[in-house]
Amino acid sequence: MPGIYLFFMVQRVNKKIRPIKNQNIQKKADRVFHWLTALSALLILALMIGIFWELLSNSRLAIQKFGFKFLVSEVWNPVTQEFGAASSIYGTLVSTAIALLLAVPLSLAIAVFLVELAPPAISRLVGYAIELLAAIPSIIFGMWGLFVFAPFMAEHIQPGLSKALGFLPLFQGPPMGIGMLTAGVILALMILPFISAVARDVFRMVPAVVKESAYGLGSTTWEVTRKVTISYGLRGLLGAAFLGLGRAIGETMAVTFVIGNDHTISKSLFSPANSIASTLANEFAEASEPLYLSALVKLGLVLFAITILIQIIAQLWLKKIGQSFGGSL
Amino acid sequence: MIVRSAIPRKLVDFGVKVISSLAALLGITILAWILYEVIKRGAAALNWSFFIHLPTPPGLTGGGVANAILGTLIITLLATLAGVPTGLLAGIYLAEFGQHSRLGSLVRFTSNVMMGIPSIIVGLFIYTLLVLPKHHFSGYAGSAALAVIMLPIVARTTEDMLRLVPNALRESALALGAPRWKTTLQVVFRAAKTGLITGVLLAIARVSGETAPLLFTALNSPYWPTSLNRPTANLTVTIFNYAMSPYTDWQEIAWGASLLIMSAVLVLTVVARVALKEVKK
Amino acid sequence: MNAAVNDEPLKILPYGALSPNKKNPNSSTSCEAAAPAAIQPKISTRNLSFYYGNHQALIDNNLDIAPGNVTAIIGPSGCGKSTHIRVYNRIFELYRDQRATGEVILDGENILSPSVDVIELRRKVGMIFQKPTPFPMSIFENVAYGLRLHYKLTKSELAERVEIALKRAALWEEVKDKLHRPGTALSGGQQQRLCIARAIAIEPEVLLMDEPTSAIDPVATAKIEELIESIKSIYTIVIVTHNMQQAARVSDFTAFFYEGKVVEFGPTSQIFTNPSNKQTEDYITGRFG
Ligand SMILES: Nc1ncnc2c1ncn2[C@@H]1O[C@H](COP(=O)(O)OP(=O)(O)O)[C@@H](O)[C@H]1O
Ligand SMILES: [Mg+2]
Repeated sequence: MPGIYLFFMVQRVNKKIRPIKNQNIQKKADRVFHWLTALSALLILALMIGIFWELLSNSRLAIQKFGFKFLVSEVWNPVTQEFGAASSIYGTLVSTAIALLLAVPLSLAIAVFLVELAPPAISRLVGYAIELLAAIPSIIFGMWGLFVFAPFMAEHIQPGLSKALGFLPLFQGPPMGIGMLTAGVILALMILPFISAVARDVFRMVPAVVKESAYGLGSTTWEVTRKVTISYGLRGLLGAAFLGLGRAIGETMAVTFVIGNDHTISKSLFSPANSIASTLANEFAEASEPLYLSALVKLGLVLFAITILIQIIAQLWLKKIGQSFGGSL
Repeated sequence: MIVRSAIPRKLVDFGVKVISSLAALLGITILAWILYEVIKRGAAALNWSFFIHLPTPPGLTGGGVANAILGTLIITLLATLAGVPTGLLAGIYLAEFGQHSRLGSLVRFTSNVMMGIPSIIVGLFIYTLLVLPKHHFSGYAGSAALAVIMLPIVARTTEDMLRLVPNALRESALALGAPRWKTTLQVVFRAAKTGLITGVLLAIARVSGETAPLLFTALNSPYWPTSLNRPTANLTVTIFNYAMSPYTDWQEIAWGASLLIMSAVLVLTVVARVALKEVKK
Repeated sequence: MNAAVNDEPLKILPYGALSPNKKNPNSSTSCEAAAPAAIQPKISTRNLSFYYGNHQALIDNNLDIAPGNVTAIIGPSGCGKSTHIRVYNRIFELYRDQRATGEVILDGENILSPSVDVIELRRKVGMIFQKPTPFPMSIFENVAYGLRLHYKLTKSELAERVEIALKRAALWEEVKDKLHRPGTALSGGQQQRLCIARAIAIEPEVLLMDEPTSAIDPVATAKIEELIESIKSIYTIVIVTHNMQQAARVSDFTAFFYEGKVVEFGPTSQIFTNPSNKQTEDYITGRFG
């Protein structure tokens, strides 16, 4: 019986059909495919080099005129055609520093909550909320910052700060809401989700056995977190902070809305200030003088150089950690 | 042996638990606060004419941002058409041809770095490349800036998603006599479909809320986007201009536009995340 | 009638089949002297060596595969069984650091020569993998995929050939009412038979199977062994297996590999009842491996 069945089938297949000979076409198609993908990959490299080249060549005028003095001069005067980046660089660094100072400890606390404390369902829910916060466009943070949060700062936070810490020049001056401090706080809120997410992943990578044996020795949650998790994941957390730094330093819209856009360096964090990105956003479209434009592009070049440096360090760092953890972040 | 009292340790532990719970609460509060304000103020500004009319000068009622809605859609669509296919191809290179090659790791590293470049720098780059030589702002330039931002994002997610596909699947397609390109596009892509769609959605979500790269590329315009060769209206720059203006009716419209953009971005993100959860399962 | 082939395996003397000891060049020569009288081998490998980067996984393999028979390759894990058959369809070329030297002659042509049409080679030499690999498409499309690659068929011809392939793979009765369901929705054993159907649909001449039942339950394994029995007259089958009973049940010839070398090769009955090599004997009797 199986023999007959087989015979039947073989008979039918014996109606031979001839395969298409398409080796040459397919070989060529494969070569084209390979080249197309390689070219697209190369495009990424080309764009990176292109960005650097365009910024460099378009800031030539300002580089010739101001040289390195550009970085330390505080004067920014489109009328007299004198441009110095000091106040913008200062504003960028200070607002970023405020953001990191606030966001790193908060993110750590959130990550501890997500990984060590919360029951799974709540952890998941809070996790979603943090992810959503990360997805909110920066212009929305700007709107909220300008119309909601800055007045809130002026009414509730800054007066209190003045009262408590007013002996420091940092917290002197009229509480206007808008200014360096508010910009820093908003930046902190924006990078919070990124740092928490990476910190959470780092905490999760700590092998459960290590944690369990620490708990087994009678340690409290905090002791396990501090001794085991943080010392295990410290390098990962540093990488996370670096990523946050990279994001904060170039953040444009949220800062532009609330920083006040003033080209002076003030001792007080309550005063209006400016950052590189906010200056570009505010002034670029209106700059018509070649030197003015060139100075703005040079400002962009400075920002580009800073972020590239941060990114490269962060990427190399995370790559190294990923390898030492036997996975990738 | 000295037995240390456990009470201070427990107090510290309790303190830490309180602080970290508060931090989590703060995160949720901020999210809720932002959503609440945007929805409340935005919804007040939304009406029929908001969606179908051109902007009006301050003081005149009945204006809308129909042109900006259309402009944002067109600019984002064009950016997607340019950025996604190239990103997919670059991702294929990284996953299928360049896993161990030097070019592969260089491009992978560069993509990661490029994703961290401030979007305003990309705007500046496109300005010098496309706007400066032609002496005018254009919708094309805006799309180009967004496409440049999308490219590394799509490339890297594509790579990650293709790598999740087991080699056995590639091998069995090749063993049937399929050429490499068919193996990738017809079998591997299909296996990674959900992940790829997620990556693309996330990239679109990311750029559709972008403002900085459009500021000096697409700029803005009070007219219908009849030609992308001119400054082109778009929602985000409209929000910026209107919010910074001293007119309250314009500020209201900015809130309406904010609600629109935020909803679009969040919906895209949520859809993508849900899909991603499916993939990881 | 074809069934006759099943009852009476072709009397051929594969390369080295009668050689009791590969280290003895004389007996090896005598074997080759006997070969011309027999039917030409479907595949003969000559001094095949294989490298993963700097690591040599195969050392001077010589093996003749008889047409219309099942040849089993056995040996301890890591001895190079998979590596060996992955040369036959040049699938190893997917990886840039892998390379083969020597010759693999299929129907008189060295398939390792760069001028060989790889697509045509893979049409002739199908492969079944350890884990079932259904494509993420419908059952029908899975089988039709290879057909579309190689043949220009009308819709009805395509449907007919898909049906034949599924019947031959003994899967038709189970799936004929759900051809448009995804192939991944089938059970493990069914998926593996789907892969076999997909491979035989394009009418290969050789079927390579790399431990095709190691990821499958015993009942499904029995089905696949039956299937191999029923199709072996049409194809030349090379099966790698971990399972000695399986080799004994399904194969006509058996090659024993050890540390990248072909240690012993001959008719299955002889290898299992009267192995001439000490290592083979130890392996078969379970003393190592
Ligand atoms: N992809 C690979 N890269 C490097 N070495 C490999 C690879 N695959 C297999 N090997 C090595 O080649 C040898 C033979 O492997 P394989 O052919 O898979 O053995 P078997 O199929 O007999 O279990 C082993 O030593 C194994 O470690
Ligand atoms: Mg194997």
